[in-house]
Amino acid sequence: MSKHTLSVLVEDKPGVLARVAGLFSRRGFNIESLAVGPTESPEISRMTIVVNVDELPLEQVTKQLNKLINVIKIVELDPAVAVSRELLMVKVRADATVRSQVLETVQLFRAKVVDVSPEALTIEATGTADKLDALLRMLEPFGVREMVQSGMVAIGRGPRAITAASVR
Amino acid sequence: MTTATPREVPVPAPPPKPGPPAGAPVRVTGAQSLVRALEAVGCDAVFGIPGGAILPAYDPLLDSDSVRHVLVRHEQGAGHAAAGYAQATGKVGVCMATSGPGATNLVTPLADAHMDSVPVVAITGQVARPMIGTDGFQEADISGITMPITKHNMLITDPAEIPQAIAEAFHLAATGRPGPVLVDIPKDVLQAQTSFAWPPEMHLPGYRPTARPHGKQIREAARLITTANRPVLYVGGGVIKSGATSALRELAELTGAPVVTTLMARGAFPDSHPQHVGMPGMHGTVAAVAAMQKSDLLVALGARFDDRVTGQLSTFAQDAAIVHADIDPAEISKNRRADVPIVGDCTEVIGELITAVRAELDGGARLDLREWWTQLDSWRETFPLGYEAPDDGSLSPEYVIERIGALAGPDAVYAAGVGQHQMWAAQFIRYESPRTWINSGGLGTMGFAVPAAMGAKLGRPDATVWAIDGDGCFQMTNQELATCAIEQIPIKVAVINNGNLGMVRQWQNLFYSERYSQTDLGTHSRIPDFVMLAESLGCTGLRCETESDVDAVISQAMAIDDRPVVIDFVVGKDAQVWPMVAAGTGNDQIMAARGIRPLFEEDDT
Repeated sequence: MSKHTLSVLVEDKPGVLARVAGLFSRRGFNIESLAVGPTESPEISRMTIVVNVDELPLEQVTKQLNKLINVIKIVELDPAVAVSRELLMVKVRADATVRSQVLETVQLFRAKVVDVSPEALTIEATGTADKLDALLRMLEPFGVREMVQSGMVAIGRGPRAITAASVR
Repeated sequence: MTTATPREVPVPAPPPKPGPPAGAPVRVTGAQSLVRALEAVGCDAVFGIPGGAILPAYDPLLDSDSVRHVLVRHEQGAGHAAAGYAQATGKVGVCMATSGPGATNLVTPLADAHMDSVPVVAITGQVARPMIGTDGFQEADISGITMPITKHNMLITDPAEIPQAIAEAFHLAATGRPGPVLVDIPKDVLQAQTSFAWPPEMHLPGYRPTARPHGKQIREAARLITTANRPVLYVGGGVIKSGATSALRELAELTGAPVVTTLMARGAFPDSHPQHVGMPGMHGTVAAVAAMQKSDLLVALGARFDDRVTGQLSTFAQDAAIVHADIDPAEISKNRRADVPIVGDCTEVIGELITAVRAELDGGARLDLREWWTQLDSWRETFPLGYEAPDDGSLSPEYVIERIGALAGPDAVYAAGVGQHQMWAAQFIRYESPRTWINSGGLGTMGFAVPAAMGAKLGRPDATVWAIDGDGCFQMTNQELATCAIEQIPIKVAVINNGNLGMVRQWQNLFYSERYSQTDLGTHSRIPDFVMLAESLGCTGLRCETESDVDAVISQAMAIDDRPVVIDFVVGKDAQVWPMVAAGTGNDQIMAARGIRPLFEEDDT
């Protein structure tokens, strides 16, 4: 099994997310990460879906996805020629005694502090899953009180674009 | 007795025809807009039942001259009737139900139509928009529920969307790989004022079925076909749906290759044709199963390598190269990897294959299938389809079905339920033309026959329509006989009454040490008495218990054309469907009859 990143352009209609998510579970695939958001065209949304699956079943799930009427286009992104990012927000225990150590870690990872209180810092970081994992490992000893992380979004490198217009 | 000429029904043209009220928008209610859209799209029959949320739609329906509504007794009947209508005519079948339980009763027929790629449009009422999500009376999230069992569905939230939604629903149902589409319309959307104009613009940016095949793949397929030693044309239901049966015959005769027709494709190629070697699969003919197993080239046309055809996949047709043509790219290489994948409509694919095969033959390719036919003929002769008269002197179900087929003839339409009677009807009735055999292949829905026959008869009023049903199936949907009687849809129903859930009993006999758990329906004790039941439902009820009466009773039924007829054929309970490939085993393990294994290994060189 290997990880695959699918960029899926869909019509921005109610129920599309349920259709896509339902299809994965129905055909026995686990979605590792999923992110949905708007695109440059107002009527089109883009999903970035990460699945852990072999080549053959991936082809099948891609074909099945393509059959959904609201799905316009599917492109598998090659990690070597794509930029992928996740967003992490994490609330770390940090009183006066350790705050400077935490801030040092924040700087090392080029993360940001978005909220401060006497006992805790809230840190925002973006990056690949690996980078965020590394940051979390460094923060864990201080005490992670709460964390929230987005699904991965990804975009291909270079001038070529994945748009609905290029479908035709 | 039967006057309908079997015909190839062309796939409906993609964009809906401009209807009568074309031109400037007119002010109407959402419900009027719906009925006008149905008229404009060419819908002439709706099977349904009104109820609270769909009530507004039923008012303008009363005034429609071109849309006939058939009031069924259960929404499941409406759904299967729409499927029967669609399968018999090639047009889109339409059913209608109210919200909540009305809509959920459509779930089984929609799943059935989805599995068998039948073009059906279901229109359901929904609670008013402000009530959605409040667990209102008769509220069910039917678009959520039917998401996995429809080709597409939609919830209309703006009355102005109705014409476009209906146009899109019919287009989606009928084109590409056909399938069911559900349109859910809240009650207040039906009541609201809106404007109606036709034709609406369709907006389906994600829907682009590929009809024309790739030339390179066609040439490669033609090359394989003209160099194969043991080719088989593996024909599925897609050939009938595409209207490609005459093209198929041309291709078959051009290549001289044997043809097998799956359960969904019975009638796609004449049973009387010398190149037809039968139905493949779990209860297929030995010749058809063996032909595929020993083939060096399977040309799958509108078929999907269903597990009931392939048996254990790993041992299925191991020496065969695969050419797989289907309009749905997701079917290709889903179960068995295709060496030559062809995405396209069967009519186009077969047409281009004919041209390409001709070119190969003109270029000097020589097809010599004499050795292959010697082998095929020996299987056909050694293991023909057959049955033995029951030891206990009871009436043989196979004989009854065979006689119905012989007396009603190949122009009649036959609809079956699911189980032993279905398999016997697929085996012992001779099909000569498409759309004469209607059954529930993929989902295996018991109770399909009576409502499907009703839909078929409504769509093809000149054809004799027989429902071949079992006593188990019949007790699931026979209420639609009341519909048939009142709406004057004179179908004929042969209840193959063995008193048991016959196919389940057969498996208990073979695989569960003859422990017959919960398969005796007690029907032989005349509970219910099918003759009296039929009479009470406004039909003529007949009974037949002996072989000598069979022809006379069938003829008696054939002579009645002013009301439905039900014949209770009381048959023995021990007859079994043979040949059989036991579930989970390989097709090489096919048994021609109990204990008789054709032992293909011996044929190997």
